[in-house]
Amino acid sequence: MRHGRYPFIVGFLAAPVLLYVVLVIKPYGETFYISLTRWSGLSAPVWVGFDNFERLFRDDTFWKAVRHHGVLLVALPLFTIAIALFFAFMLNVAGGRARNGQAAGVWGSKFYRVVYFFPQVLAIPIIAVLFQTVYRPDSTGLINGALNSVGLGPIFFLIKPNLALWSIIGVLVWQAVGFYVVLFSAGMANIPRDIYEAAEIDGAGRITLFFRVTLPLLWDTLQVAWVYLGIAAFDAFAIVSVLSIDNGGPDKNTTVIPVEIYEMMKQQRYGLAAAMGVVLFFLTMTFAALTLRVTRRESFEYS
Amino acid sequence: MSETPNVSRRDLLRRAAAASLLASPAAGLLAACATSTGGGNNNQGGGTKTANNPLGMKEDGEVNVVIFNGGYGDRYAKEVHEPMFTRAFPNAKITHKSSQAISTELAPLFAAGNPPEFVNNSGEKSMDFGQLVSEGQLMDLTELLDAPSVHDPNKKVRETLVPGTVEVGSFDGKPLVLYYVSTVFGIWYNGKLFKDKGWTAPTSWDAFVKLCGDIKAAGVTPYAYAGANAAYYQWNVILTGAAKLGGSEVLKAIDNLQPNAWTNEHVKNSAAMWAEIGSKFMNKAHEGLRHTEVQLQQNQDKVAFYPSGDWLENEQKADTPAGFEYQLMPVPVSGKLGAAGVRATAGEGYFVSAKSKNPRGGLEYMRRMLSLEGGKGFTNIVKAPTVVLGASDGFAFPPGVSSSQAALKAAGKDVVNLFFDGDYKDLDQEARAATNELMFGRINADAWATRIQKKADAIAADSSIKKFKR
Repeated sequence: MRHGRYPFIVGFLAAPVLLYVVLVIKPYGETFYISLTRWSGLSAPVWVGFDNFERLFRDDTFWKAVRHHGVLLVALPLFTIAIALFFAFMLNVAGGRARNGQAAGVWGSKFYRVVYFFPQVLAIPIIAVLFQTVYRPDSTGLINGALNSVGLGPIFFLIKPNLALWSIIGVLVWQAVGFYVVLFSAGMANIPRDIYEAAEIDGAGRITLFFRVTLPLLWDTLQVAWVYLGIAAFDAFAIVSVLSIDNGGPDKNTTVIPVEIYEMMKQQRYGLAAAMGVVLFFLTMTFAALTLRVTRRESFEYS
Repeated sequence: MSETPNVSRRDLLRRAAAASLLASPAAGLLAACATSTGGGNNNQGGGTKTANNPLGMKEDGEVNVVIFNGGYGDRYAKEVHEPMFTRAFPNAKITHKSSQAISTELAPLFAAGNPPEFVNNSGEKSMDFGQLVSEGQLMDLTELLDAPSVHDPNKKVRETLVPGTVEVGSFDGKPLVLYYVSTVFGIWYNGKLFKDKGWTAPTSWDAFVKLCGDIKAAGVTPYAYAGANAAYYQWNVILTGAAKLGGSEVLKAIDNLQPNAWTNEHVKNSAAMWAEIGSKFMNKAHEGLRHTEVQLQQNQDKVAFYPSGDWLENEQKADTPAGFEYQLMPVPVSGKLGAAGVRATAGEGYFVSAKSKNPRGGLEYMRRMLSLEGGKGFTNIVKAPTVVLGASDGFAFPPGVSSSQAALKAAGKDVVNLFFDGDYKDLDQEARAATNELMFGRINADAWATRIQKKADAIAADSSIKKFKR
């Protein structure tokens, strides 16, 4: 049957490879090319070499955006994973042993599990519009309305230059947590019960269980989560674009590279936009490679 | 997201406005006609020139019309201009298309060399006029402007337009864009509220500051603009004030990216005056609100003055309560220009694509649009005056537009205009960000001017950006 094997393999591979080349590799290649040109989209691109990149590296706004990605890169995974782990632990393990001898979550955990997932169901622009109302600086805002009525407000979430980015990070975390609760719950369900039982017999409390059993055995899942969230930190376009004032303001204090790319596209300066896209590509790849390398550990196989 | 159409609406009166596209895929007929240069050549699907068809378009050609479906909708094209055109040329074919994302839908057609003939380039997603001009995509309108007018064949089209119309749409002296809607900028207040409270619109700065004090004492926020997405309304007021202090050359210097144009004393003085209003009479929360949200507050009489253009009344029509009457006040500053001086312009841009199949059809469509009948029809439907002379005579405008038209008349020769925001979007962005910083008290007038000047200098030195001379 040897002669039939290659056509078989090729037959399976050809379609996906072709799709990948046409839909992924080719656009990437074109973006790299466009980033080396000046192009308005109306006529043929003009080759300018690395001019666009030089321009970017001299641009304060671009560096502001890069710095914001740096903040996002640390804060978004850290907060999201911490909160999601806590919730997942509470939902799955922390409730002690149920009647059937299996570990279970705290009372009402089935209900919470659904609630945590709600933000994930909403489209991101809808979340941004919702939070426009939550953060609104006058008494019609959800938070400031409450604060004003007890005389504590208002807090200018999206207006104060040093608070605006954190307000946006808050939304990103709120939006992401639900998904990671589910992801970590699935990971925790994979951890064999006997390990917990053994640890409990040895007298481990909830906290010890979490740090000595759950966390190490969940390492692979955490690593995946970290890479996902890191990549998400290089995006943040929809939330910033819809929620921030003055397109990444105040005074560009919340802007991110995708928002700047969008601005340049609106001005039909596609070369510059593509150059930013290329920078973003390398930033993302570097991050993913670094994370996977740094967090590499021997993974645990359940036999 | 209810504000989206409004954002577009406001933007549409800016220079980056309207694109109505009479593209003609009449491909088969005269496929050889696609030209690659900016108009003026004869390989444009020409037919015989007659009195009815002075531009010599091919009478059975197709004209693709693309209208931005924003604040003005597209009814005026479907119900007035297009029927006029087909009545005049029963064999011609009009293909109508309306769009809310002109750039998204049309840029690929331009790139493919098959652009629509007639475009209303407007809205937040309009195509960049600077780019279109530097790519030679826009048909030179000179021939149209020199053609006989539809309603008065003894006059050239250019003689039937409000003075200044041609200049507004000219790039380096070449008329390329038709701005169709007459627009006046100013500061708006509720005439009824002011009457009830015994306030009168001030004509001097001192009176303005004093009135703001009285208004504040009455528990109303005296002055507001929406920092989140309408900061350019405020730089517009600052610059109009500067021009009234120092003359229209102040704005010309800014448009021409001259050194020290923004750090000019009149510009700085005006900025300092407004910064004082910002610190004393504005609500800090407004920096985080959007145009529609602040308009809601003005409609509820929680805000007294709000700067904008005279499309505001039509834009807010559905939400304006019965006891509210929009009235326009010129920026209350005088110096070289009188207190009645205003910024006025023609807005809502239309162009004919030079590289379309039937550009002469586009020009002829534009000529019909500029007839008395075309102008009247437009005003009847959208309640806004056009640049066609006499087309809105005797039309009963709503109170806001009446007041802006009266202000324009009262201003006489003291009418100024500026263009830098349409020519250099980066500079507009910088001015918006800096103006929020200024008005909400984070920087002073000097820092504001220095900062924007720095950006203007950078643009002036950037060879990749096409410059325009006024």
